[in-house]
Amino acid sequence: MAKISMIVNGNPVTANVDPRMLLVQFLRENLRLTGTHVGCDTSQCGACVVHLDGRAVKSCTTLAVMADGHEVKTIEGLAADGAPLHPMQEAFREHHGLQCGFCTPGMIMTAVDIVHRKGNDLTDEVIREELEGNLCRCTGYQNIVASIAAGAKAMAKSDLA
Amino acid sequence: MYEFKYHRPGTVRQAANLLAKNEDAKVIAGGHTLVPVMKQRLASPPHLVDLSHIEGLNEIEMKGRALVIGATATHFEVANSPTVGEAIPALAELAGMIGDPAVRHRGTIGGSLANNDPTADYPAAVMALGATIVTNKRRLKPEEYFQGLFSTALEPDEIITKVLFPLPKKAAYVKFRNQASRYALVGVFVAKRPSDVRVAVTGAGSNGVFRLESFEEALKKRFSHKVLDGLTVAAEGLNSDIHGSAEYRAHLIAVLARRAVEAATAKE
Repeated sequence: MAKISMIVNGNPVTANVDPRMLLVQFLRENLRLTGTHVGCDTSQCGACVVHLDGRAVKSCTTLAVMADGHEVKTIEGLAADGAPLHPMQEAFREHHGLQCGFCTPGMIMTAVDIVHRKGNDLTDEVIREELEGNLCRCTGYQNIVASIAAGAKAMAKSDLA
Repeated sequence: MYEFKYHRPGTVRQAANLLAKNEDAKVIAGGHTLVPVMKQRLASPPHLVDLSHIEGLNEIEMKGRALVIGATATHFEVANSPTVGEAIPALAELAGMIGDPAVRHRGTIGGSLANNDPTADYPAAVMALGATIVTNKRRLKPEEYFQGLFSTALEPDEIITKVLFPLPKKAAYVKFRNQASRYALVGVFVAKRPSDVRVAVTGAGSNGVFRLESFEEALKKRFSHKVLDGLTVAAEGLNSDIHGSAEYRAHLIAVLARRAVEAATAKE
């Protein structure tokens, strides 16, 4: 077993884990943060995307021990419970950027990462290129792209990062 | 995934000692090749030695006439480094084409080279640019380093620490991606170096990355895509699989080599 400590959604957590535990398992099973999903489990679909030190990563391909000492943000950490949604979440709701919703947490965490790296004015071309690692099997991406463009703009006027 | 013992050394020397002491131990940095193969149980190392906490191992800097990239520099760091962008823009572009954004945040240059996947991008750059692979023990030229599919000259307790890229006069990388995996079905890196021209091909060779000497000879006389007119590539020794036949890959190599030279000469 390995002792790990990290900040998850602003809260310090410490645990003893088997070194082979994946970050996504740690988040879902130990911390009960089940918003982060396991889709393909082979680093392709992006349903498991979380932020590690502010950068989008696939938590199904990251060992929990490798996040030791780092900061993790999940979909649950974007906006406080009961508070208004994060502008990117709100944009997905407003623009119907989801159907079954399974890929949505990963899509939104990726979208926020895109805005952090590429700014608030995103062309459809940039968004589609950046969504390389996120798969949706229902909607056909059109509304996801529209949601991200709108969410990116809304983030410029929001206090939520 | 099978059980393993996890080690987190603070220095390269400690890491090498751990590798020497523990049989079949594997090095991990970004984990974006090793973790997937461990999940599939294609690999089951009893010990993992994590390099990600070794300070300075991801540094990128110019040293004299060479660009030096530390082994744990991520694809994201290489793609976005102003130092790389200024010294060898083709290398920054190559790094920005690997996998997807989340993968680039974790995957490292050292990991890609140590794994030597026959469809990986970095081997083409290292081969074409004539880079030197520096380990904790020695310096290796690409011709001695790459030894076929998933195999390299690295000894069990040898660790890549950095890669030295001499600056080319012109360079470009063009890849034809597999539509599903985004790995190179064929990738061609062309480099006009002060003394010669090198053309390296990844994704196609049944023995991993290789150089295309007939194209190099032609380009050495004149660095223009026009000299490649009529030159073809033999299908012999190329991969044939559900993604493309050897003949198709041979055709792609010639097309992409031409495009790479065009791209390199367009960057005046």
